[in-house]
Amino acid sequence: MRAPSSELPIEFDGVTVAAGGVTILDNIALTLAPGAPTVLIGPNGSGKSTLLRVAMGLLLPSRGRITWGGLEHVPPLKRAIVFQRPAMLRRSAAANIRFALRAAGIPRADHARRTDELLELVGLPGLADRAARRLSGGEQQRLALARALARDPSVLFLDEPTASLDPVATKAVEDIMRAVSERNIKVVMATHDFGEARRLAGEVVMLHRGRIVEAGAAASFFDAPRTLEARAFLAGELLI
Amino acid sequence: MDQDVTALQLVLSGDPALFAIVRLSLYVSLSAVALAALIGIPLGALIALTNFRGRQGVIVMLNALMGLPPVVVGLAVYLALSRSGPLGSFGLLFTPGAMIVAQTVLVTPIIAALTRQTIEDLWIEYRDELTAMNLGPFGRVAALIWDARFSLVTALLAGFGRAAAEVGAIIIVGGNIEGFTRTMTTAIALETSKGDLPLAVGLGLVLIGIVIAVNALAWTARRAGERLAG
Repeated sequence: MRAPSSELPIEFDGVTVAAGGVTILDNIALTLAPGAPTVLIGPNGSGKSTLLRVAMGLLLPSRGRITWGGLEHVPPLKRAIVFQRPAMLRRSAAANIRFALRAAGIPRADHARRTDELLELVGLPGLADRAARRLSGGEQQRLALARALARDPSVLFLDEPTASLDPVATKAVEDIMRAVSERNIKVVMATHDFGEARRLAGEVVMLHRGRIVEAGAAASFFDAPRTLEARAFLAGELLI
Repeated sequence: MDQDVTALQLVLSGDPALFAIVRLSLYVSLSAVALAALIGIPLGALIALTNFRGRQGVIVMLNALMGLPPVVVGLAVYLALSRSGPLGSFGLLFTPGAMIVAQTVLVTPIIAALTRQTIEDLWIEYRDELTAMNLGPFGRVAALIWDARFSLVTALLAGFGRAAAEVGAIIIVGGNIEGFTRTMTTAIALETSKGDLPLAVGLGLVLIGIVIAVNALAWTARRAGERLAG
């Protein structure tokens, strides 16, 4: 398990994930390179979350291979993920961040300063001592972002980070993602909300039934979708 | 009614013999719970987090051992500690040490089984996050035990309840020697068979009071902790 100099680019080479006779991801070929945010778009069950889990290294492909900076089996040292429903440790908000800093091997002397910075970044400076599980859904999502960023990642995966949030909370989370992207952290986000994809994406990967149906620059995807599925999805039709 | 008055007087008078009995009972049961926690919590966490052949069988066994009959444990510990037994050279039989050993054997499965269940439920919730943080096995166990600490208090209380209430094991290995190995439960058994019901009732009231006090204390601590940590 040699650590590569960078965990990017992440390359999927014919990645298939099957479980219990169901193919969840089907022969995925995809490169995630540094740059503008990549948004995975597609209906529920299209394989977005599974793709993120494989990219994070939480799930092994049944077939095909995935490499991080050219190497296989790279532990997640410089990647981080925010799950759709993040699990909050039964500790204060600040202690959640300190836990992540400790797990990432950040020197203890820096913990207090980094914790304050991260809480500030996600707009929760006043809630440091609040029990994490007593925070609202939007606050928990922002704390999960801070916890992920505590690892000082070069790539950040987000699984429908705003799916259950109201517009104000959604805007707060989207603003943080923009700030993160400006710090040269590669953002890879799954969403089924194409308004959100339009607001954030530099690059779009559209999944349907475990396959990539269309991938490319966001501008051309939204202005001139090439495939029937993408046109249907953008037109607001129900893609089943 | 007379009996109740005498019992109450005994309790209130602060009789030194009664005080010694209460102190020994607490010493034996709390020591046993502490030892059982040192063994049972890591053991339960280990079973919760590892996969091995026969794991299901071990879990069933552990759950079954929660119902170990105290007299059988007393007999087994007696045989082990008796002069000709494998641990006879320690000279523990008929000492408070032997009673602690017996109650530790009784309580460890309770704490281990409840810990296993608690940690396993929490692991299902935390698995993805802790794996994504690239946390090693030791870090996982430490994080899970710490975050389950309030639920684990309940496991310790269950163990303490078991230890404080049992008489079968400690009467066999301790011998109910006055001033040395006599506890509240063994004294109640003795006084009842002798017909000194006021003393028996008095001791019974004290025992129940102590169990309630310990539980109330733990519950308050748990509530206060949960308010702070969620």
